[in-house]
Formats: sequence, structure tokens, C-alpha cells
Amino acid sequence: MAKIIAGVGTSHTPAIGAAVDNGKAGEPYWVPLFKGYEPAKKWMAETKPDVVIMVYNDHVNAFDFKIIPTFGLGCADEFKIADEGWGARPVPVVKGYPELASHMIQSLVLDEFDMTIVNEMQVDHGLTTPMTLLFGQPKEWPCRVIPLAVNVIQYPAPTGHRCYMLGKAIKKAVEAWDEDLKVVIFGTGGMSHQIQGPRAGLVNSEFDKSFLDGLSNDPERLLRISPLEYLRDAGAEAIELVMWLMMRGALGDKVKEVYRFYHVPASSTAVGTIILESRP
Amino acid sequence: MTQKVEEYEDIPGTWVFDAQRARKGYRLNEFLYSLMKAENRKEFLADEGTYTLKFGMSEDQRQAVLNRNWNKLLELGGVSYALAKLAFTDGKSYQFMASQMTGMAEKEYVEMMLAGGRSPNGWRSKSERKGKD
Repeated sequence: MAKIIAGVGTSHTPAIGAAVDNGKAGEPYWVPLFKGYEPAKKWMAETKPDVVIMVYNDHVNAFDFKIIPTFGLGCADEFKIADEGWGARPVPVVKGYPELASHMIQSLVLDEFDMTIVNEMQVDHGLTTPMTLLFGQPKEWPCRVIPLAVNVIQYPAPTGHRCYMLGKAIKKAVEAWDEDLKVVIFGTGGMSHQIQGPRAGLVNSEFDKSFLDGLSNDPERLLRISPLEYLRDAGAEAIELVMWLMMRGALGDKVKEVYRFYHVPASSTAVGTIILESRP
Repeated sequence: MTQKVEEYEDIPGTWVFDAQRARKGYRLNEFLYSLMKAENRKEFLADEGTYTLKFGMSEDQRQAVLNRNWNKLLELGGVSYALAKLAFTDGKSYQFMASQMTGMAEKEYVEMMLAGGRSPNGWRSKSERKGKD
């Protein structure tokens, strides 16, 4: 049986990927951030998942505004790296798992989540920055990746509660797959940040720390955070944090926090990461 | 769930990219999306005036593009991630674009971020903001 053994929450700030690609990770600005991710990377190297489910958002790269899926599940063999406007990142192509993804689609739709099936899609920094942070710079990514793209760009994003419930349905779908697989699910984006308008640069560390605590100890509390609260208190782009709640929903009731790191800034973003292992 | 547009419109210094703004910004954002292709970036930079005529955006939007009037572009329905493609086409970063939106020099903006970022205190509502800018 396939099993979701752990969840990773992490920011996906594009400047982090760019710092790695351009050999700037050793610069004083970036050293504390990459040092903070070292234990997470080590955990990942020891955990060796077979499959990653990457809950992330596209940033007007795979999807322009012709069609905006609220939940799009990538069912392709592979996903090429998008040129977001400065050339594609020099990272390996992402290998999918179409058989498992297609099984998930059937299970999720029958569980009343109206997924959009995505058979061709390029992936952007929302997916590749977390890969770089947790897996480094290998020639090939060491596992298969099922991308789950969530619309958090056009208001309203799906609610935290909806994402959490979808996470639970994902757990059920994965556990119904008859193959021994270690699956790690990522919730990406956030934490507090705003990259638009005169209020750009907003950071609310208190909000972020409380969010990390909630993931670990009391996720139900986080489900009550309204869209307005995310936007107003943690910045217009902090709504991405609903994707962390999908990750949390997929882990079951009991988790053990094995790592946490928080750092300000990466460009305009408060960066956080947390690793939660599922417990029976 | 009831939509309370006035609540999020009361957040100062912010244009929430909602469905109405997205509708108004559709052509503008499609223009910005076109800048994902290297050949389009080249064509745009060679003759911005002509290139921007191809997308059917409003004259206000087009002028805001030519002037890199970032906040105007947000107001007219541009979404920040699409606007970033215009910044990248200019060889600039998200950070540069964000600093321009705040009216700060990039260096000053970076210093604010290194000092922990902008506190939400005083920035939660337009009434809280009044008289502070």
C-alpha cells in the first residue's frame, strides 16, 4: 500500500532558486537561509520518498487567464520547466507518475472534489524552488512528482477548510493505491508576504509562528482563518498558506514535528519550513 | 459564503486581484503573458509602442505599460506575477518592481526587509492608514 509518510511546508520564493542557479547561495544575504534548510535537506536525503505530491501554485506560467483551474492535478509523464520571463531555470525536467495521478483523479472526483485534469503543463518556481531547497542540485530529481496546482492568484482562492478536506481525500486516494510507495506531500508558498502595491514588503512574524504552531498542534484552529485575515494581516500573497493546510490534511490526525525553520527575508518574503511525520 | 468586497478593498496600499479586476485586466495580462517567450520580449523591446497595440488593451493600460507605472497597472487589473514578466523583460527583479510600487529606492526597500519587513500595524485598514502617507 502507498502511504503518505510525511509532509513538508515550505516557502517557494523565486529569488531562492535564482540564488542557487546563479551561484549566490554563499553570499551573506543568503547564508542563514540555506543553513536553515540544511537539516531539512538531510532529512529528505534519509527519507528517500518514491513520490512527492507537490501542492503549489502556478504564477501565470502554465495557466494564463484563458482557463483558471482551482485545483489542477498534473497527470503527465513529465513536466518541463517554464521560462517565466528570464529564461527557464537550469533544473532537471520533472518526472510525473501518470498512473498514480490518474488513480487520484478518479478517487478525488468520486469523493466530490471536482479536479481539473492537466495532461500537459510546464512548471514554474512554485514547484521548482521547493525541489531545489529539499533536494539540492542533482542531475535528475531522485523521485517522481505529482504536481497539484491551486489557484491562489485570482481571488478567491479555495478556503483553508476546503484545502484541508481535499488533503484528507488525497490521503485516502493514496492509501488505496496497491503498490508499496513512500509518499511525501509538500504544501508550498507563503509565509507572510506582499509583493504588490505601496504595502509591499509586509511581514507578520507573529502570524507565521502561530501558523506553524497550529500545523503541529491544532490545525483545526487554522481552518477558521478567513480569506480576509490572510490578506489583511499577513499580506496579499500570504493566502498561499492554504496550500500548507492541504498538506496537513493529508497527514491524518497525529503528526510529529521533526523540523522547523523561520527566516526573514528572501526578497519580499518571510520564509518558513516545517516537516511533519505522520503517526498512526 | 457572502462576498464582502468592501472589506478587502479597505486594505490600504493593496489591489486585491478579484474577479472584477481580472475581467478588466484580461487583455493587459494576456499581453504580459506573451513576454514569457524570448522572441516576444525581443519584439516588444525593439518597438514597445507597436507591440502593445496588438493585444486590445485599453489606452490607459497601454500608457501605464509604456511608463512602467506599476501601481496604475495593478489598479487597471494587472496581476503582480504577470507584471513581473515586464520587470524581467527589463532585466529587473521582483524586488525591484516591489520597491517601485512602494515608492522606495531598491536599497532602502532591501534594508526594510533585512530589518524584518513592513509591520502590519498601521496598514490593516484605510482608516488606520489615514494621515500616515
